[in-house]
Amino acid sequence: MNKLPELIFNISRKGKTGVSVSLNQFPDELIAINKKKLRNGIEDFPSLSEVETVRHFSNLARLNHSVDNGFYPLGSCTMKYNPKVNEKIAGIDNLSAHPYSPVDLVQGNLRIIKELEEWLIELTGMDSFTLTPSAGAHGEFTGMMIIRKYLTSLGDPRKIVLIPDSAHGTNPASAHFAGYDIREIPSNDEGIIDLEELKKHLDEDVAALMMTNPNTLGIFEKNIVEISKALHDNGSMLYMDGANMNAFLGIVRPGEIGADVIHLNLHKTFSTPHGGGGPGSGPIGVSKELSKFLPVPRITSEGGKLKVKYFTEEGIGRIKNYYGNFLVMVRALAYLMALGKENVSLVAEDAVLNANYIRKELEGHLDLPYKGKTLHEVVFSDSGLKVKTLDIAKRLLDYNIHPFTVYFPLIIHGAMMIEPTETESKETLDNFISVMKTILKEAEENPEYLKNSPHNTPVSRLDEVYAARKLILRWEKSEV
Amino acid sequence: MDLTNYKFSKDHEWVKIEDDIASVGVSDYAQKEMGDVVFIELPEKGSSFVKGDACSNIESVKAVNDIFSPLSGEVVDVNTTLEDTPENVNKDPYRSGWIYKIKFSDPAELTDLLDANQYEEYLKGI
Amino acid sequence: MRYFPLTDPEREEMKKVIGINDIKELFSDIPKGKSYFPLDNIPSMLHEDELIEKFMKYGEENEFHKYKSFLGGGAYNHFIPEAVKSLSMKGDFLTPYTPYQPEVSQGSLQAMFEYQTMMSMLTGMDISNSSLYDGGTAAAEGVLLMVRKSRKKKILAASNIHPEYLEIINSYIQNLDIVIELVDFDETSGKVDLADLRSKTGDDIGGLVFQSPNFFGVLEETDQITEIAHNSGSIVTQIVTEAFSLPFISSPGSNGVDIVVGEAQSFGLPLSYGGPFLGFISTRKEYVRQIPGRLVGETIDTNGKRGYVLTLSTREQHIKREKATSNICSNQAWCALRASIYLTILGEKGLNDISRSNHLNTAYFVKQLSGMDHVEVKFKEDFFNEVVVDLKNIDIDQFMNKLKAKGILPGIPLNWFFKEFKNHILVNFTEMHKKADIDNFVNAIGELK
Repeated sequence: MNKLPELIFNISRKGKTGVSVSLNQFPDELIAINKKKLRNGIEDFPSLSEVETVRHFSNLARLNHSVDNGFYPLGSCTMKYNPKVNEKIAGIDNLSAHPYSPVDLVQGNLRIIKELEEWLIELTGMDSFTLTPSAGAHGEFTGMMIIRKYLTSLGDPRKIVLIPDSAHGTNPASAHFAGYDIREIPSNDEGIIDLEELKKHLDEDVAALMMTNPNTLGIFEKNIVEISKALHDNGSMLYMDGANMNAFLGIVRPGEIGADVIHLNLHKTFSTPHGGGGPGSGPIGVSKELSKFLPVPRITSEGGKLKVKYFTEEGIGRIKNYYGNFLVMVRALAYLMALGKENVSLVAEDAVLNANYIRKELEGHLDLPYKGKTLHEVVFSDSGLKVKTLDIAKRLLDYNIHPFTVYFPLIIHGAMMIEPTETESKETLDNFISVMKTILKEAEENPEYLKNSPHNTPVSRLDEVYAARKLILRWEKSEV
Repeated sequence: MDLTNYKFSKDHEWVKIEDDIASVGVSDYAQKEMGDVVFIELPEKGSSFVKGDACSNIESVKAVNDIFSPLSGEVVDVNTTLEDTPENVNKDPYRSGWIYKIKFSDPAELTDLLDANQYEEYLKGI
Repeated sequence: MRYFPLTDPEREEMKKVIGINDIKELFSDIPKGKSYFPLDNIPSMLHEDELIEKFMKYGEENEFHKYKSFLGGGAYNHFIPEAVKSLSMKGDFLTPYTPYQPEVSQGSLQAMFEYQTMMSMLTGMDISNSSLYDGGTAAAEGVLLMVRKSRKKKILAASNIHPEYLEIINSYIQNLDIVIELVDFDETSGKVDLADLRSKTGDDIGGLVFQSPNFFGVLEETDQITEIAHNSGSIVTQIVTEAFSLPFISSPGSNGVDIVVGEAQSFGLPLSYGGPFLGFISTRKEYVRQIPGRLVGETIDTNGKRGYVLTLSTREQHIKREKATSNICSNQAWCALRASIYLTILGEKGLNDISRSNHLNTAYFVKQLSGMDHVEVKFKEDFFNEVVVDLKNIDIDQFMNKLKAKGILPGIPLNWFFKEFKNHILVNFTEMHKKADIDNFVNAIGELK
């Protein structure tokens, strides 16, 4: 028996609807559109009643693992608890303005944006922020365009962006769409960027280095100040990917360790829910000399009133409609205000404490290729095991634990990247550790059982090859 | 299987010569490295390539790999059966997994290719 | 503080296990003097009740809600059933990450598969992806897709597409050696000038991007546009900023369009001061390997049971890195889920009825205005749910202020975007406008004579 509900298309009956809204009764004679432009129904479109819709989606929801129902130590994704009060706040009707409302009627909204910018400036030590980018990758793209525009203003945009081999795939893709060629640089034995190796690559073609700090191994790039200096001496910029900002929120200001541009992920560090893949928000912070290149719109303050600039002479232009993912910003600001100065550093402290506790407890049981100090996450390898990382990940599902990030970063064989975050109790961590030990024992004694896992999930292991070969991307009416 | 009539490039393509036409595919080693093939972007019939050009690509669940033409010339036939059965590249790389046929323009290029024994030696060094 | 479940004794115990005395030891890789910056400038924490009160105050500081709004221009106020709100707010939809582990993500994945199907049906296309950021960035992705597919770097863009979308397209391509050439619109009909389009097509053009209903709310001659473009070998992308036009108007696919991109905020997302919204892209099956963003595909599990996974990820940045079709990673998945619920609950009938009523409300307004000679609807034919009103000799600032004084936000002044439209506003009607609202609006305009 399949635990998945039937597709809505198969339970549809023409004529049903679940909506009831009062409509003006104007006669069809008013229609002012050439008849040949009108549509005659939507072929095969589903029709369900309200209760059927509610049951369908309620049953679907039960098939998901989520932060709300269990541990989710997905590395580099910072799956922390998403406070419920933030959802209530994001639902306040009086915030849901039309984006083209006259600015004097949306002063509260503009203040929210401005105040979040100020919080982020204070927490990062950057000169100014744009909150417009929709997600981390969108922020990277925006940041790299800002760097390009700045370098162009100095006479030469340059050609190459350096990216360490441990970087997220979005880094090279974003730099590419900003018009740059990519040069990958190897990490050293400690898993970090080697200053001397970096210097070998620095020439007049290098526009910037994109560095994730702490990097995807969870290790702080301890030479960052020297790296930044070497870059600046070469006329190059330091872009800092702040996806892992949860590791030092309220402890380190990227602007004080040499970053020229940084992006943050409000849907990671700042607790806004991931929504099954989005919406996110990827604010960009820049140093003073780059601030005039930020995209529009810009919010300015004049005599206590907030105004909006829709055009700037030197900026990179517009990168998204309206102001960005405003309701994500609302949640992030609510989160920061709830923390306040009393708690903001505790985010990183507890996140790092939790990660190091897991590291210590599992270190003797799993291979740890890079042994440097780790902050918010720890990355093990499947070397020496009778099963693969994927098998362990799938078995974790049987214990209602979402697996760690698998097979990333690429520089580790069978990587298991574990990020517990600060919002997990010691009981949860202890349970995870004990489950991991049980699974590792199973891997020794009965590897086949793991290779066939998961056993208790709504569906068993899914065939990705079948999906890619058949490419069934939508329901089609079956021809009977 | 008997690979006496096959020659190999260091990019792991094979060619099999009949008169002035060469069939091209990927080696058993290459298909194993790629894993389950899900799609092959075939070159266009009638298009011309210089040796080393990326002329087609093979997609597995994990990666997309370019096929570099081992010889220069004009494509005279493509294996359209792979559109529906890309798995032939995995199951039978040297026969039904052929990708395209090229009318090669420079027979001298054949000398750059390895025979089956040399290719096997080459693989040992990887 | 309630977001931190560890207790102090537990912290001490864990430090002991790790082998440290002070938490600061874990941060010792950070250069000297660069950690533990002073937090004096940061405000003190707020309790939950204070937090709610604080944000209610921001809401009260806003005044837009005291007005009846006729603003559109890519963001539309539609009715959202309570069931949509309640279902989409379930924690199991709101708090997972991207479905990297499909065995425990079938809820999100099946909902996305249903969404992809419904968007394909609405646009009349073969396939749709599972979301992009918003309409403007979707338009830019559409342009990049045409460049990849055609291998040509010159693209035509109609000059009556949403001006912000054009700005975004220009930002996206600024470093990619792509050229955008604008196609004029006809000043009488508001539609794309087909003669100008014909004169600009040619071998060097990779594609054309236009919008219907266009920024003035007017439906284009889509079948003729696609014919002209296809005759010269160009790909055609249609932008749709008001997705609610799709149920009532013949579909892009039936008119020969190759790629449909746009904004689906109308499908269940509140105005939200402009975001999060929902970008979409729908296209032909043969373009599938070139499209940006995530795709959900149907498959089977080891027992042969139906299930869903993210597929064709070889196009994406985490595998192809700089050669990827797009850099997009996080998208607007939850917004697509919400649209999926919204479209399901409305069904074909609900969508048709509401879409038709949007047009009829607009047509009623146009009819009521037709008797006035001090103002005029600029493009009287083939509008959907937005029209341009020419204020003739009335000064636009005075007009805006006088209507505002009557509690009405009458529309978007077109002079924000188009120099040639000095005294014109763009006005939108949806099912949220009752007859009395429209009559009040018409009377207020009438009084300005």
